[in-house]
Amino acid sequence: MEEINSLLHGFSVALTPFNLMLMFVGVVLGVLIGVLPGLGGANGVAILLPLTFTMPPTSAIIMLSCIYWGALFGGAITSILFNIPGEPWSVATTFDGYPLAQKGRAGHALTAAFTSSFIGALIAVVVITFLSPVVASFALKFGPPEYFAVYFLTFAAFVGMSKGQAWKTISSMMIGFALAAVGLDSVTGQLRLTFGFMELLQGFDFLIAVIGLFGIGEILLTLEEGLAFKGANARINLKAVIETWRELPRYWLTSLRSSAVGCFMGIVPGGATPASFMAYGVAKRFSKDGDRFGTGQVEGVVAPETAAHAAGTSALLPMLTLGVPGSPTAAVLLGGLLIWGLQPGPMLFVEQKDFVWGLIASMYLGNIAGLIVVLTTVPLFAAILRIPFSIIAPIILVICAIGAYTVHTSMFDVWLMLVFGVVGYVFKKLDYPLAPLVLALVLGDRAESSFRQALLGSQGELAIFFSNGLVGTIMTLGILMLVWPLVSAALARLRKAA
Amino acid sequence: MSEHSRHERAAVSYRTMELVVALVIFVFGAIVVYDSARIGAQWGDDGPQGGYFPFYIGLLTCLSAVIIFAKAAFDAARGRKAFVTTSQLAMVLKLFVPTVVFVGLIEFTGIYAASTIFITFFMIWLGKYSWVKAVPVAIAVNLALFLLFEVWFKVPLPKGPIEAAFGLA
Repeated sequence: MEEINSLLHGFSVALTPFNLMLMFVGVVLGVLIGVLPGLGGANGVAILLPLTFTMPPTSAIIMLSCIYWGALFGGAITSILFNIPGEPWSVATTFDGYPLAQKGRAGHALTAAFTSSFIGALIAVVVITFLSPVVASFALKFGPPEYFAVYFLTFAAFVGMSKGQAWKTISSMMIGFALAAVGLDSVTGQLRLTFGFMELLQGFDFLIAVIGLFGIGEILLTLEEGLAFKGANARINLKAVIETWRELPRYWLTSLRSSAVGCFMGIVPGGATPASFMAYGVAKRFSKDGDRFGTGQVEGVVAPETAAHAAGTSALLPMLTLGVPGSPTAAVLLGGLLIWGLQPGPMLFVEQKDFVWGLIASMYLGNIAGLIVVLTTVPLFAAILRIPFSIIAPIILVICAIGAYTVHTSMFDVWLMLVFGVVGYVFKKLDYPLAPLVLALVLGDRAESSFRQALLGSQGELAIFFSNGLVGTIMTLGILMLVWPLVSAALARLRKAA
Repeated sequence: MSEHSRHERAAVSYRTMELVVALVIFVFGAIVVYDSARIGAQWGDDGPQGGYFPFYIGLLTCLSAVIIFAKAAFDAARGRKAFVTTSQLAMVLKLFVPTVVFVGLIEFTGIYAASTIFITFFMIWLGKYSWVKAVPVAIAVNLALFLLFEVWFKVPLPKGPIEAAFGLA
């Protein structure tokens, strides 16, 4: 098995003392990010990205991906102890996690959450290990039309799966594309949408957008809800861990189902949040204790956590193999690759074997590191949550400002971050999804250039996107995704009428 | 969650906000369309012109804004609810206005002085802490930031006259 060999090689790359240290640093920072309001996976990684500019790319991605794992773990802590989801994908964890904590079984709930997160991630990493070389070698045959079709499908999937108003998804996505177009057009050398502002020459950096939209916006929202943190006590003792671990094998089927849901939702750009809700719903329907869900069932913690972590992890598969991130955080990591001078996509598996397999190996190790860190340090992080918001808020704002500044050492970016913060606050409240905006901003240039190259090859004939079976199938899938909201609305209306 | 939402006055209703935002998005889209058309959104001699792709992006932006506008105009049930109540808005502004001042301050004093002042001010004003507590916290945070960014990871942060006086800028 070639994958096994590559993976073993990857372990030899990842297992240096320096990289192991970065893993633990990353996980601790990540949990911190996941626990604090206003800092989340995507903008946390964005803020810390400049720290890695001087590192070798493999070490850099190991640290950043570990920050991401840490954030995924961290979200569960606030959900269970404080009934406040630190991350959107841990909302479903509050349903049974908080009731468990109220019954004095916080330790059990946390152990169950962390362990299932770990299992979900592990399954997703195994999927990545064996599936990504296949996808990558398949994608080597892609030309510009196929690439554009993949981008099209990605964005169409956002529209098809948006749970709110599909038009708002489109709106937010188009704003992202338009912002991506700002600046110097690399093909024609023309200035687009700069209106004479020198600062806009370079265009909008999506890292600034991420920090503003998710960071500042989130803090403004948190503040609105008032901030009396009233948490359950957090203590994980060995007894609770062992008791829970003895109980968990009972839910193997739930874990497996949730992992499947998670992996699927992560690879197609659905994301961890819908995956966690879906897994919770599925588990509730199939469980013997389904009607007792919501009152503090361990199984109700297992399902969403497994799915969220599986989705969060597998979102890296399309990012690595196709250069199409499945989530905002994966998009930030992709931005990192570009900054370190690596071109994400199938060629990465040919030219940067050390990097790819080092990263994949670090996913195994990083999640083990994550599990150890969270199981041993929960009281510490719970204590951080008890720090009053009037101290935490200004510190987070300072960190956001520094993060925005360090991307290009530019004060203009800090002002821009504030503008994006207001946009994020308003958009969140009006249910405009932010992920499509960020992804469009990241992928805009590449989507456009593959669109142009495809059209150049065909002399402007749009038929190029249906010229062979592969590209035609992807485009058709994309179109189906686009019209899905209309179809499902029509179906719902029919059902109501009947 | 919010114990003070019982008889709150709405600062802005959902409908107003929906309509305003849709309008802003429409204007944004229109600007994109206009500028793309200006630099050429047609098929040139050597392929699509610079404005080709953004032109259609702009059109779609406008279209989505129109539909969102129309939907919001007819959605009476949700429209009457408060987008933000006056007390919520006050809280948000209490955070946002000092933040704007803080960013402005960075331009003059560099990050360290500005964030020390910002954290101290915030803790005293909203947190009702005494100077004795606020100042050490603010200084400790800045020391940590300095060590993390400038010393360990060698990432330069914005500096001003104070850092220059210490020979750090």
